[in-house]
Amino acid sequence: MTNFDPAFFVEVLVGGLLSGVMYALVAIGFVLVYKTSGVFNFAQGAMLLFAALTFVSLVEKGVPFALAFLVTLAVMALLGIAIERTVLRPLVNKPPITLFMATLGLAYVLEGSAQLLWGTQVHGLELGIDDKPFIIHGVLISSFDLFAAAVAAGMVALLAFVFQRTRIGLAFRAVADDQFAALAVGLRLPVIWSAVWIAAGFVALIAGLLWGARLGVQFSLSLVVLKALPVLVLGGFDSIPGAIVGGLLIGATEKLAEVYLGGYVGGGIESWCAYVFALGVLLIRPQGLFGQRLVERA
Amino acid sequence: MTNAYDAQQSRGLLPAWGYLLGIGVVAYGIVPLLASDYVYDAILAPFLALSLAAVGLNLLTGYAGQVSLGSAAFMAVGAFAAYNFNLRIDGLPFILSVLFAGLTAAGFGVVFGLPSLRLKGFYLALSTLAAQFFVEWALTKFDWFSNYNSSGVIDAPPIVIFGVPFSGPSGRYYFALTVVLLLSAFAARLVNTQTGRNFIAVRDNETAARIIGVPVFKTKLLAAAVSSFIIGIAGILWAFAYLRTVEPHGFNLDRSFEILFIIIIGGLATLRGAFLGAALIVVLPLVLSRIGTLLLGGYFNSGVLDMSQRILIGALIIVFLIVEPDGLAALWIRARNRFFGALTSRRPAREVTA
Repeated sequence: MTNFDPAFFVEVLVGGLLSGVMYALVAIGFVLVYKTSGVFNFAQGAMLLFAALTFVSLVEKGVPFALAFLVTLAVMALLGIAIERTVLRPLVNKPPITLFMATLGLAYVLEGSAQLLWGTQVHGLELGIDDKPFIIHGVLISSFDLFAAAVAAGMVALLAFVFQRTRIGLAFRAVADDQFAALAVGLRLPVIWSAVWIAAGFVALIAGLLWGARLGVQFSLSLVVLKALPVLVLGGFDSIPGAIVGGLLIGATEKLAEVYLGGYVGGGIESWCAYVFALGVLLIRPQGLFGQRLVERA
Repeated sequence: MTNAYDAQQSRGLLPAWGYLLGIGVVAYGIVPLLASDYVYDAILAPFLALSLAAVGLNLLTGYAGQVSLGSAAFMAVGAFAAYNFNLRIDGLPFILSVLFAGLTAAGFGVVFGLPSLRLKGFYLALSTLAAQFFVEWALTKFDWFSNYNSSGVIDAPPIVIFGVPFSGPSGRYYFALTVVLLLSAFAARLVNTQTGRNFIAVRDNETAARIIGVPVFKTKLLAAAVSSFIIGIAGILWAFAYLRTVEPHGFNLDRSFEILFIIIIGGLATLRGAFLGAALIVVLPLVLSRIGTLLLGGYFNSGVLDMSQRILIGALIIVFLIVEPDGLAALWIRARNRFFGALTSRRPAREVTA
């Protein structure tokens, strides 16, 4: 890296930021569930796989695109309700770490059943966006990444609208703020939790389609959860803006580190450098960048 | 997860040495009479290695309350360190390379335990993922660790202790068994000392522990060190006594989860649970494949087996967390009390109320 090329730097940076958006997409699903129910949902990646695999299999069976989307959405909604009934309700008031371990089990169940149902082979997924890179001021940008970023922005806007302007959003915020108070004013927690898991299923479907179009729909989709974890650590588990900013930061750091530092140690450091970066930030700011101070971390 | 539960556990029907004697007689005397090479290699070897790893993780997670998702990384450190000590230091007795490897793993445990200075719960669990990915990456990337093998694979050296070779399936079994029994006895002793009490105090209430004078941070690091030491040696058993050739990816995240699942299913904060859980995890796929083939015939291929095993293990985790958070160990105690209660018509021992 003797001569520093600013255009190249910007290109790497933009590429990193855009892949960060993809991480943020997964992270938002986590934040939704964590914020309202305090459950750290490790199964979000498995839900992503489940949604994408269901969708792709339907499309391959000749179901039209829009219908397949709606059917998958319905399946994810049923799944959310089922999870609330069978896993969360019996574990109410258990320590958070127990719930976390339950979602680990849930992840295994979902990964297993998705692949048992639809097979383990890799499915291609074509969303009808051609991934033709174009050049702005000498910087190469992938149009697919831009599309993903637009979708992410749309989803965040939608979630912000739901949270701030609708009745169910108000209920979500009440529950997130104080479960007992919410219960006391007559909010029905099981219904709200079901709704949150349905919303998380919706986010998983969107993220699954985008990631699936990028990587192919296959088992490794459920591993994107591992990409989203440092994002959460960095952004705070309970903040949607945090998930976005964290995603951007992690994406950029990862790509820049790989390009500018990876050469010295033989490359491939993407798998862990995000974690180390997030941990470094945590040691200085234990609540993450946007998390509530209340959350016990130190 | 309370102390009453621990007390319950140690109040057995026989004194502790009686159990040890019984286990020793069965494991050294009776098992070899019945076991074939297949049983040694496919069941007993992985069972012993996983049990030991679970004992190690249980010290950290069950007793000291620090969840780790990186156990396999410490197994890998142990295995690769033992391989390199054995390879690179001429004339170093095998037993010493095992010991040094355990210490190396303990060192790593301390380094990756440092974030526990400021982090708790999920955040700490996630920081152990950093260990998982870092170790896997380093062992794959730098082929020095595997003596320049292009795919990072290491072959087990012959196991010779004080001039006695432990070769063949039964020899490796005796070696693994001895190591597991020694370290489990050590762990069982440890949890009943002041140090063990400190682990539990830190787990149950960190603030209270600090107030009564438990050095919280030191205790956490010690738990990480001891746990990684044991897990590192379990990694050696896994690599040298079970698989014989192993690559870094054999110690991936799934293996870490497997060990965590063993202690959840077996029961947190019981050493017996580690063995019961490991037995279940090792035997489950074998039983499942038999039953599956019987019921579905040719349709039940290895892919279906893999997936149904995944579903079953995941479901077991959820069921145990909901129905019996104290795991197989609690079921075991309950069954035993009922059995002996009926036998001697004594009042059955107090139910487990953890």
